[in-house]
Amino acid sequence: MHPAFSVIFFTTSSGAGYGLLALMGLFGAAGQLPQDRWFGLTGLFIALGLVSAGLLASMLHLGRPERAWRAMSQWRSSWLAREGVLALATYVPAGIFAIGWVFLENTSGLFALMGVLSTVMALLTVIATSMIYRSLKTIHQWNNCWTLPGYVTLSLMTGALLLSALLMVFGEQVRAVHGLVPVAIVVAWIVKYVYWRFIDTTQSLATPNSAIGVDGASVKPLDPPHSTENYLLKEMGFQVARKHATKLRLISIATLFVLPLVLSLIAYMGVGGMIALIAAVLAVMLAGLGILAERWLFFAEARHAVNLYYGAESV
Amino acid sequence: MTSLPQSTNKRLGLVIDLDTCVGCHACATNCKEWNTGGHMAPLTDQNPYGKDPDGVWFNRVHSFEVDRGDGPGVTINFPRSCMHCDNAACVTVCPTGASYKRAEDGIVLVNTDKCIGCKLCSWACPYGAREFDEDEGVMKKCTLCIDRIYNETLDIEDRQPACVLTCPVGARHYGDFNDPNSNVSKLVAERAGRPLMPELGYNPTNRYLPPRARRVDAENIGAQSRLDPVSPRKGFLSWVDNALSR
Ligand code: SF4
Ligand code: SF4
Ligand code: SF4
Repeated sequence: MHPAFSVIFFTTSSGAGYGLLALMGLFGAAGQLPQDRWFGLTGLFIALGLVSAGLLASMLHLGRPERAWRAMSQWRSSWLAREGVLALATYVPAGIFAIGWVFLENTSGLFALMGVLSTVMALLTVIATSMIYRSLKTIHQWNNCWTLPGYVTLSLMTGALLLSALLMVFGEQVRAVHGLVPVAIVVAWIVKYVYWRFIDTTQSLATPNSAIGVDGASVKPLDPPHSTENYLLKEMGFQVARKHATKLRLISIATLFVLPLVLSLIAYMGVGGMIALIAAVLAVMLAGLGILAERWLFFAEARHAVNLYYGAESV
Repeated sequence: MTSLPQSTNKRLGLVIDLDTCVGCHACATNCKEWNTGGHMAPLTDQNPYGKDPDGVWFNRVHSFEVDRGDGPGVTINFPRSCMHCDNAACVTVCPTGASYKRAEDGIVLVNTDKCIGCKLCSWACPYGAREFDEDEGVMKKCTLCIDRIYNETLDIEDRQPACVLTCPVGARHYGDFNDPNSNVSKLVAERAGRPLMPELGYNPTNRYLPPRARRVDAENIGAQSRLDPVSPRKGFLSWVDNALSR
């Protein structure tokens, strides 16, 4: 599938934003985070800023952005519509939670409830995003049980990296959050590893034979139906060379998992010191790069069934 | 609504005969011609007279070489258009309600006034039946020529899809698959018509008739099966032949 920048940016940016919001809601409600209004303001501003930037980018991807409001009507059947509804609805508890924290420096009582609700809504939104991909039977590399955990764990992992770095910037120490980071990285890494193994070792049940309804024979394309690239080939025909994919996987493993894991352990052990702060900020920047590579691959390695009509031997 | 109807009164669709299709692209051309003025009009083109022409088509004709291991490979011409699936995921994924499946006849359509051009429906179609209109920013697709088949200003024999009417070898057939006595149902029964990519569970309405088995071409009348080349026995040509065959 064509890795469109708007969609890569949308899923990674809003994923990190919802991850941060979910953790701030939970830890804030539990009274674990500083009550300080500036901390609340900065954290929630980054979270909702990432979410909003992602949502705006996803609208630029549309052919008719001015009609985007229509995209929420079909929540009964469409995961994309559900995502839109959940994304908008999340602003309500998140907004009330933010009012409590920023204006009243209060994250307890009603505001704690709103914090927990923000967590739930943020996670549901990420799940809805992942279901858009997971539900497409046309793309084996998405239509499997590893897509959803991949999106959720990466969202929480990037959110945890952000929250930990932010706490250190404010000179705060919350052991539970700093300790959560390496755990989240390991879990996300395992899920991604299993996902990659799955797509490397399995393929769609559809074959060139079933695509044209002729059994037991080798099917080779002879004359193409059109002389230049059409919409299908531009959108669905994108293919990444094996060796490039391998290289990008290594880059993404290094910058998304290995280095941030090492850095987050350094940060955890030296918490309170300058080195820990630098390590935590560096981990965020590297993971930012890594998640872009990871998401680019998620699209580039996805092989749509329509490619069977254009010479693919399997999808 | 983008929820699918439980069942449809009629299941209108096409039977495409892969045994007779000659790959002339007449169906694709007439489809473009009719539909660029029809229900989903216009079918815009980018750079139509330039180096890289591109544009919206509802029907594309591929051609494959299929080696069945029983002699030289056969050429199979393969027209590909919307199958008006029972389980049309292209409809259920649509967030706006622009895509819908009609309960009366099963035809899958796009309301281009509601479409936001998110392209998700084209991702959900295994058969590549939906094409995005860059000019209008909306999705377009085969209408089963809804503006012909119900068009009372046309003569009754012309109330058929443009692709079916135009096919010079009669490889395309239109009818109601819910009616066991319709021409399409009979053809499917006689020739073991097949749905494409049944594994994916879309249950397409359209059926494809596979090419028939190869026949023994002619009776054995005792003729030599192959001819040996005549080689000159003597003289200059024989010398050349020997020199060159060495
Ligand atoms: S062929 Fe594709 S566009 Fe047509 S109904 Fe089936 S899934 Fe939808
Ligand atoms: S491109 Fe249009 S018709 Fe297709 S899913 Fe999006 S809104 Fe619906
Ligand atoms: S039924 Fe009409 S719209 Fe569909 S492929 Fe045939 S000519 Fe084109």
